[in-house]
Amino acid sequence: MKKESGGSALIRALADENVDLLFGYPGGAALHIYDAIYQQDKVQHILVRHEQAAVHAADGYARATGKVGTVLVTSGPGATNAITGIATAYMDSIPLVVISGQVASHLIGTDAFQETDMMGISRPIVKHSFLIQSPEEIPEVVKKAFIIAKTGKPGPVVIDVPKDMTDPNHLFDYQYPKDIKMRSYSAPSEEEESNVDEAVSLLEKAKKPVLYAGGGIIQGNASEELKKLAKIMNAPVTNTLMGLGAFPATHENFIGMLGMHGTYEANMAMHEADLIFALGSRFDDRTTNNPKKYSLNAKKIHLDCDYGSIEKIINVDVSLNGDAKKILNQILNKIDPKNIDKASIDLWNNEILNWRETHGLNHDLLDKKFHQKQILPQQVIQSLYKSTNGKAFITSDVGQHQMFAAQYYKFDEPRKWINSGGLGTMGFGLPSAMGVKFAFPDEDVVCVTGEGSIQMCIQELSTCMQYGLPVKIINLNNRALGMVKQWQDMQYGGRYSSILYEDSLPDFVKLAESYGHVGMKVEDISELEERMDECISMKDKLVFMDVYVDPDEHVYPMLEAGGNMSEMRVSKTKKTF
Amino acid sequence: MSHISILMENQPGALSRVVGLFSQRGYNIDSLSVAPTNDSSLSRLTMVVKEEESIISQILKQLNKVIDVVEVQNLSDIESVSLEIAIVKLKITEKEAKKIIESAFPVVGEIINHKDAFVMIKLIGSNHEVDDFLLSLNKQKFLEVTRSGLLGMGTGENFLISESETTIEY
Ligand SMILES: Cc1ncc(C[n+]2csc(CCOP(=O)(O)OP(=O)(O)O)c2C)c(N)n1
Ligand SMILES: [Mg+2]
Repeated sequence: MKKESGGSALIRALADENVDLLFGYPGGAALHIYDAIYQQDKVQHILVRHEQAAVHAADGYARATGKVGTVLVTSGPGATNAITGIATAYMDSIPLVVISGQVASHLIGTDAFQETDMMGISRPIVKHSFLIQSPEEIPEVVKKAFIIAKTGKPGPVVIDVPKDMTDPNHLFDYQYPKDIKMRSYSAPSEEEESNVDEAVSLLEKAKKPVLYAGGGIIQGNASEELKKLAKIMNAPVTNTLMGLGAFPATHENFIGMLGMHGTYEANMAMHEADLIFALGSRFDDRTTNNPKKYSLNAKKIHLDCDYGSIEKIINVDVSLNGDAKKILNQILNKIDPKNIDKASIDLWNNEILNWRETHGLNHDLLDKKFHQKQILPQQVIQSLYKSTNGKAFITSDVGQHQMFAAQYYKFDEPRKWINSGGLGTMGFGLPSAMGVKFAFPDEDVVCVTGEGSIQMCIQELSTCMQYGLPVKIINLNNRALGMVKQWQDMQYGGRYSSILYEDSLPDFVKLAESYGHVGMKVEDISELEERMDECISMKDKLVFMDVYVDPDEHVYPMLEAGGNMSEMRVSKTKKTF
Repeated sequence: MSHISILMENQPGALSRVVGLFSQRGYNIDSLSVAPTNDSSLSRLTMVVKEEESIISQILKQLNKVIDVVEVQNLSDIESVSLEIAIVKLKITEKEAKKIIESAFPVVGEIINHKDAFVMIKLIGSNHEVDDFLLSLNKQKFLEVTRSGLLGMGTGENFLISESETTIEY
């Protein structure tokens, strides 16, 4: 049995956990670990340019693959730089293991150089955290960290490693545990028969059902089961921002995303439904509008692996707590197609179609195209959809461009749409695209961003050069912090406080070129499609496509604050209330 | 008011994870007591929280999710006994102290220290009883008090014990 030090044991444990990529950035407290990385070749370390990007890259990798993303940072500033990334993953329940260096044990609490209380700072934004107290416990802690990160409701786990725990001169026998013992932790399972029966009876009685599916269906790999249920019932399905791809967007039962910027028909359907079946979605405030006025006539069933998410915001008639795939299968085994009220559901689907015809997304767009002068951001996404055949991985930043991407790129598969839904972290797009591209080198990976967001992690253009990551960056350049501008237009009388850059934007084409990438600028609608095809076809080049879009475009529909799900603005001049 | 009992891993950081769930949401913990149990790898924590029932039920769910938390019991939902221990320091003579103890019923008191001009009395009672007793003390003579917080335990078969470890293979 080969002896290991704490540092080499840590890396070997990652290898035993089948980690191929470790995103990180070195520094004093982590140097023993970095030396151990140098001396092996199973785990490849990816050097980013900022620790936030390391976490986002691991996060993108995790979202696209379903595996655990892994990060290594040093103590103090390395750890604090990682915090935004950890919080981003926490809000979206993404499995990560983040290893942070820490000052030596005897220095903890002395305000030593680069000391930060990582356990304390990260506590509210991790699923769990460990402070290594002896080198020998490292393999077991790594095992626990991976299991905790990945099972149940996934989430980030921090392992804080004081420098002396990785001392290369302290050797011990290494063994990676096959299993672990935990007193309090168990993964979610099936639901009791009686609850499943109740759910089935509500589903069978429904005349106006909506299946409202979120990220939990993607994380729980339950898309197939959801499709079966939708088919049996012929029920309309809406996805949350996090759930896009959980149900195919081109499927005839799909009624679009719901919520703050959801489609008119999805929000109306939520308001008028007589049964809402929430699947792996958590009644987030962006999808309910005012909870007091939320879908008052609907019975509600909530399926979630997290007991704590059930009845946190909305009271439900039946709760199903456990694994989405298992519970959906329980339902599929019990539901009897003969008992489903097909005639009523047909009428209901027609009602929804009518809504789509009056105020659906494309209807509004046709109107605008008629007298357009500039490129509309929506058209850029439609063009991107065409050029990639709807098959690309799309990561996004945060703002109007994110909502346009969510609305107009039709995701047919889970794990293809990668965005920071919960925390809404600007700067997420490019680094997460890197993580995806590492995992899927042969697939198109596109970051849809804005000129505001991209500048928050633009340094990663350098990482992309170093590792040869030909991602595509589509910058919907509206010369403003557009989403903030939209709110200032709507709620602050057009007083544009601190959202303009006053001619300080870089020349993105030259910027991309200075890193050795390809830059493109598109201003004319007549060349959009051609340039987009050209951009996507450059398979081995990172292309930064700077598209000048109409700066006055707003994202619609938009739920009216404090209202119910039917109270929306559907354009600058039209509202439903 | 809710009286909550928690069995948790006796680990650094475990307490702050539990307390953090409350402070993070702006809820105040009225009283808190924590100590290892007969199994030194486990601590038992008892707390009193004055929040609405819907908030408490949400907090209980979140508590159950904390990895270091092994078991949670809402003593307010079951039949349970509870009591509180307090130590008070008064500037009085021993004779006066004995008088106070005699009139303290239903609180049970006992002199545990007498030094210089000061007497310390140990008190046991329900938390209302201890409250009432403290209110009745002469302010000029009453110097200090420390209270254990409300301790409690379910009666009969309402156990709060650790299930055996689950082995997770993976
Ligand atoms: C780190 C961070 N800071 C601030 C915000 C608030 N915010 C949300 S959208 C937005 C504007 C984003 O501008 P841009 O990236 O250009 O996108 P656009 O809305 O113009 O498409 C801002 C500032 C945020 N989400 N994240
Ligand atoms: Mg912008």
